[in-house]
Amino acid sequence: MTDFKQASPALLAVDRVRKRYFARAGFLSEPKPVDAVVDVSFTVARGETLGIVGESGCGKSTTGRLALGLEAPDGGSVRFDGEHLPKQGSPAWRAMRRRIQLVFQDPLAALDRRLPIAVQIRESLDIHAMGDPKARDERVMSLLTAVGLTKDHAARYPHELSGGQRQRVVIARALATGPDLLVCDEPVAALDVSIQAQVVNLLMDLQAELGLAMIFISHDLKVVRQVSHRVAVMYLGTLVEEADADVIFKDPRHPYTQALVSSSPTPRQKMKSRLLLTGEPPDPAARPSGCPFHPRCPKVMAMCQTVTPTMREITPHHYLACHLNEPASLESMAS
Amino acid sequence: MIRFILSRLARAALTIFFVMTFSFIVLRLSGDPALIIMSPDAPPEAIIAFRQAWGLDDPIWLQYFHYFGAVLQGELGRSMRDGRSALVIVSERIPATLLLMVPALIVKIGIGIPAGVYAALHRNSRIDRLVMSFAVFGFTVPSFVLALVLVLVFSVWLGLLPTSGADSWRHAILPVLTLGIGGAAVLARFTRSAMLEILGQPYIRTASAKGLTWSAVVRVHALPNAAIPTITVLGFMVGSLLAGAVVVESVFAWPGVGRLLVVSVSNRDLSVVQVILLLVASTMVCANFAVDLAYGLFDPRIRQAPRGASR
Amino acid sequence: MTTLFEIETLSIAFSKRTVVHDISLTLERGEALGVVGESGCGKSVTFLASLGLLPDKAKATGRVRLAGEDILNAPAAALERIRGRHIAMIFQDPSSALNPVLRIGSQLSEALSLHRGLSGQAARHEARRLLDDVGIPDAANRLNAYPHELSGGQNQRVMIAMALAGEPDMLIADEPTTALDATVQAQILELIDKIRRDRGMAVVLVSHDLGAIASVCERVAVMYAGRIVEMNTTDAIFDDHRHPYTRGLLSALPELAGPKRRLVPIRGSVPEPWNLPQGCAFQARCDSASARCHQALPELVPVGDIGQCVACHHPLLGATMDDRYVA
Repeated sequence: MTDFKQASPALLAVDRVRKRYFARAGFLSEPKPVDAVVDVSFTVARGETLGIVGESGCGKSTTGRLALGLEAPDGGSVRFDGEHLPKQGSPAWRAMRRRIQLVFQDPLAALDRRLPIAVQIRESLDIHAMGDPKARDERVMSLLTAVGLTKDHAARYPHELSGGQRQRVVIARALATGPDLLVCDEPVAALDVSIQAQVVNLLMDLQAELGLAMIFISHDLKVVRQVSHRVAVMYLGTLVEEADADVIFKDPRHPYTQALVSSSPTPRQKMKSRLLLTGEPPDPAARPSGCPFHPRCPKVMAMCQTVTPTMREITPHHYLACHLNEPASLESMAS
Repeated sequence: MIRFILSRLARAALTIFFVMTFSFIVLRLSGDPALIIMSPDAPPEAIIAFRQAWGLDDPIWLQYFHYFGAVLQGELGRSMRDGRSALVIVSERIPATLLLMVPALIVKIGIGIPAGVYAALHRNSRIDRLVMSFAVFGFTVPSFVLALVLVLVFSVWLGLLPTSGADSWRHAILPVLTLGIGGAAVLARFTRSAMLEILGQPYIRTASAKGLTWSAVVRVHALPNAAIPTITVLGFMVGSLLAGAVVVESVFAWPGVGRLLVVSVSNRDLSVVQVILLLVASTMVCANFAVDLAYGLFDPRIRQAPRGASR
Repeated sequence: MTTLFEIETLSIAFSKRTVVHDISLTLERGEALGVVGESGCGKSVTFLASLGLLPDKAKATGRVRLAGEDILNAPAAALERIRGRHIAMIFQDPSSALNPVLRIGSQLSEALSLHRGLSGQAARHEARRLLDDVGIPDAANRLNAYPHELSGGQNQRVMIAMALAGEPDMLIADEPTTALDATVQAQILELIDKIRRDRGMAVVLVSHDLGAIASVCERVAVMYAGRIVEMNTTDAIFDDHRHPYTRGLLSALPELAGPKRRLVPIRGSVPEPWNLPQGCAFQARCDSASARCHQALPELVPVGDIGQCVACHHPLLGATMDDRYVA
């Protein structure tokens, strides 16, 4: 595996972004501020996949949208290929859509059910006026082949295809303009095991072939490990740990990562030896003081309630935001 | 809570204002009251005098200004036909209309909702198809056609009921039936689709899996949820209590508000029309407000926004 | 006799299309059985049919017995007596499986009143105790909450509490953790495991997630296109599996530990259960397929002495995780 850190400067550089929403707690009350993303920084190099994992309310989807430029951060910056993302809605922003694309979880919802799929794949080419009509049609065909579909599928409608096939169409459409970065938000969550494997392999192959960079957002740690070079773990809007995929799952240092790894069942690990987290994923509207994880942390100390830990590099390329730096206990890392 | 009520009141006032303004302009642009109320043969001086007396010579914006000034002081105008207070004239007719509309509402609810619920519970059975055909019939056949058919059958052929007028309770039967059947059809169809949607929900299966009898599942779990969308339709029906009978009252010569509206419009009896419209708009607005409050009562999810922010 | 629940040659058809063919399995008292398969394999439908929860256009034939008594297609009164009281069922996506306009306490009390004749204060008290048992904090206040005020994990706990209200002999959990977060999934599975041990209740866990099943169940039945193709202990499914489909599933699953390997999907796609080829349903996707597989449907034959079986003409021998397909 090439060392991406030595390659040319990062394709995507997210620096201390913040995003706040306002939500009503009740029908008739004042809107309250909710910090969905707080002080998040990471980079994605060309041809590299960054996996982002976390549970409900952790802000991973919001982060994905900020990276895409679909929303503007309230603070911090997002730089793509060295330049700040242009203002939304501006022509520069629209032109930039060619280079960053999105793959969603629900392919049926992502596709227009009235249009045949070939037309939908072609749409991005039409919008950006790439090539003449004949060249566009050829490109659509070559994209279909690249994702493992055939000419016969071109004229079909989304509901005539299976879930896996639809997701391939979504990927083909995302690739149409030749993007440098693909943001995938739970792309395989709704798919069966075997289809999931096909789509995962497809994404990895396309990445190798096209030099695509990817941000892969998911709650499924196993799939993230399979696909990613590096993994970032989010909790309540902040990054708590970031490292190479193998390192972070083999030797997680943040208690939350340790709990996540432990809760992912492995075949020979029985119930009793698992490290289970108590409580629920928290409500972003009610942030705890200090470390956001302290109310649920099995290793909590007094200072965790008052002092917010900052990300620091504990070993080369392994970043951690915790006052401690302890490995998980041996039993819970069975096999 | 206060904010909610105030904002709704403000919106209500705005709606009523628009209705009044719109009708004001349209009425005055569409015909000359003077010529209509006094016949075209009347001497020109009489017509001029009429116009002056009612301020019809003034530019329209001035008339508007005078009118709204008067309204805000509580003076809602006078009928151009007999000079009496428009408000009094309209108020006199309200009981007659309610005498039709309230029983009609009872008929609509009493037939429509059970029919719809039953049809949903026995989907694709003969009863279901019967109810659906009835529903289609109910809202495709115009009310005056239905009225005339009923008159034909019950008055002319069977001689059981009077054709028109409002002298006895028997005069009310046909109009109430006409109104009731049409509304019951709409309600039946609506209730059926609301019920069907609810019956397909996961919690109905949970209720069955608990071991409840089917009737308990329907009574405790399905009906309360199906009530929520039905409130909207009911709200609309209540809101149109005063003016929904325009056609029927005309066909049956029933002396209610609807008939008064028709007569006043053709006479360009401006103030009376405006008062009726004000009344109708207010009733609708109140009914909508009541529906919103009812939602809060019936559906606990409305009382509270979803947890947490969007991600 | 300890066999609590038995399905015998159950077939289910929707409007003439058969989706489940000849399923047979048994469940002992206190046992935890997992049923794994991909979507459309018929795993949920099998158990819904047992409880009579399928719509009218579904026709089920065969036999289903609870403690010796036939319950398949039993009259409504008999089924109502069994549901909740002897066999309880919980479902996927708990937030929509609870009535949104009734408070949690009412929904729990309803079950308590139905099965244990409790009402009023006694019911509330017991409801609160049940919520404590399933690990809901601040149970007394939670009784007054509505489902939308609780999270998915908490709602699933409420569903479990409701299921326990009737003190059933058996719990069927149909994809109970699919819609939930990872750490919450682990908690719910642990809860199911705990109540099973505490109450000696039998559990059937239906899921597409082999890992979830493995953490709770002792035996696993693998279903494919409406049939059971392999049934064995959980350990054996991983380290001594027999059916090529099982091997295909294991080869397509990514892992969290161990060397990273390319996933190997099963080639082809699942046939529609009502449109199966003659012979084995898996033949088109199987590397071991022979002429015999095209002609004759493999029977489920016993392998070993505790109910393990496999339906294959060329079963694998002693295939472990190391024998998974390589790309």
